[in-house]
Amino acid sequence: MMWCDTHDRYGLISITLHWLVAAAVTGLFVVGLWMVELGYLHPWYQRAPDIHRSVGVILFAMMLAHAAWRYTNPRPAAIGSVTQRKAAAWMHRLIYILMYLLVLSGYLISTADGRGIDVFGLFSVPASISGLQSQADIAGEVHELLAFALIALTILHALAALKHHFVDRDQTLKRMLTIKH
Amino acid sequence: MKYKLLSSITLTIVLTVPSLLQAADYVIDTEKAHAFIQFRIKHLGYSWLLGRFNDFDGSFSYDEADPAASSVEVTIRTASIDSNHAERDKHLRGKEFLEVDKFPQATFVSTGFTENDDKSAVLTGNLMLHGVTRPVNIAVKPIGHGPDPWGGKRRGFEGSTTLKLADYDIDFDLGPAAREVELFLSVEGIEQ
Repeated sequence: MMWCDTHDRYGLISITLHWLVAAAVTGLFVVGLWMVELGYLHPWYQRAPDIHRSVGVILFAMMLAHAAWRYTNPRPAAIGSVTQRKAAAWMHRLIYILMYLLVLSGYLISTADGRGIDVFGLFSVPASISGLQSQADIAGEVHELLAFALIALTILHALAALKHHFVDRDQTLKRMLTIKH
Repeated sequence: MKYKLLSSITLTIVLTVPSLLQAADYVIDTEKAHAFIQFRIKHLGYSWLLGRFNDFDGSFSYDEADPAASSVEVTIRTASIDSNHAERDKHLRGKEFLEVDKFPQATFVSTGFTENDDKSAVLTGNLMLHGVTRPVNIAVKPIGHGPDPWGGKRRGFEGSTTLKLADYDIDFDLGPAAREVELFLSVEGIEQ
């Protein structure tokens, strides 16, 4: 069973992490957009943000796990022309940066008053930076803006993968879908 | 000769005494936070949710000899709303409630003051909140007045009034028990 990455392929851990994160990011975006429109008396008014925050924290844990995994594994070589490889590197870097900023800004909204964030009733992430002037409001605007930016990038990311698969006919998408070649 | 001195003394007294009874102007002591603007609203009909506005300033003028001539003006920075919960306060500042970006201030300017025999009073005036200006009546009670230990003179009041949220274009549905909000004011002014 190929758990680890090699010089040209992704292992099962990387592939699983990739799609878990993709699902989490998409779900967080959809729930995020939906939950802010709910009326106060809607039965999901409390539950949806609770889930959104909890999944956000779990996502952060997955991002840290992914960073550690990448650091300790060989990096599969990028595929394509020099321009394509450079563009891909920047696209991925931007996606990582946006994701970390989204987690941070979300955290700063909910902890602005010093309260921690409860994660599925299992544990609580304590506040650290709180009480800043207009903290919740500014973090909120940043969070919303970056969310749209990230979704735009992930759409480009997906379209690029499809291009590699159907136009260039290379291994780019295949190696993120399966360890079999 | 005697009469000149006597008449100057008399003139001085006559000119001074009225000023002892003149209207006094007060600045509300927000610098040392001896003034509070609080509100309460029912949460689902099960408990009172309390909050306050932390940032405001104002002044009033009170005349013991002519209370009806008293006046008050207060300006509240609406973004300072504080109900001890970051996410709730963010919601309250937003477009579903106070829209503090569009309406950073709420103001009260008095139009009248009717004092009763027991010194309680009704303060009438115009409240501008969420961009809507309406007349309100505030039930006022004096708390006390006199010198302070640091060379100043102070006078304080408490006041209360009830507002309908919908009257100020706040129509986010919080349930049937939460259509009105009670305002409670406690102000101390330093005589100028």
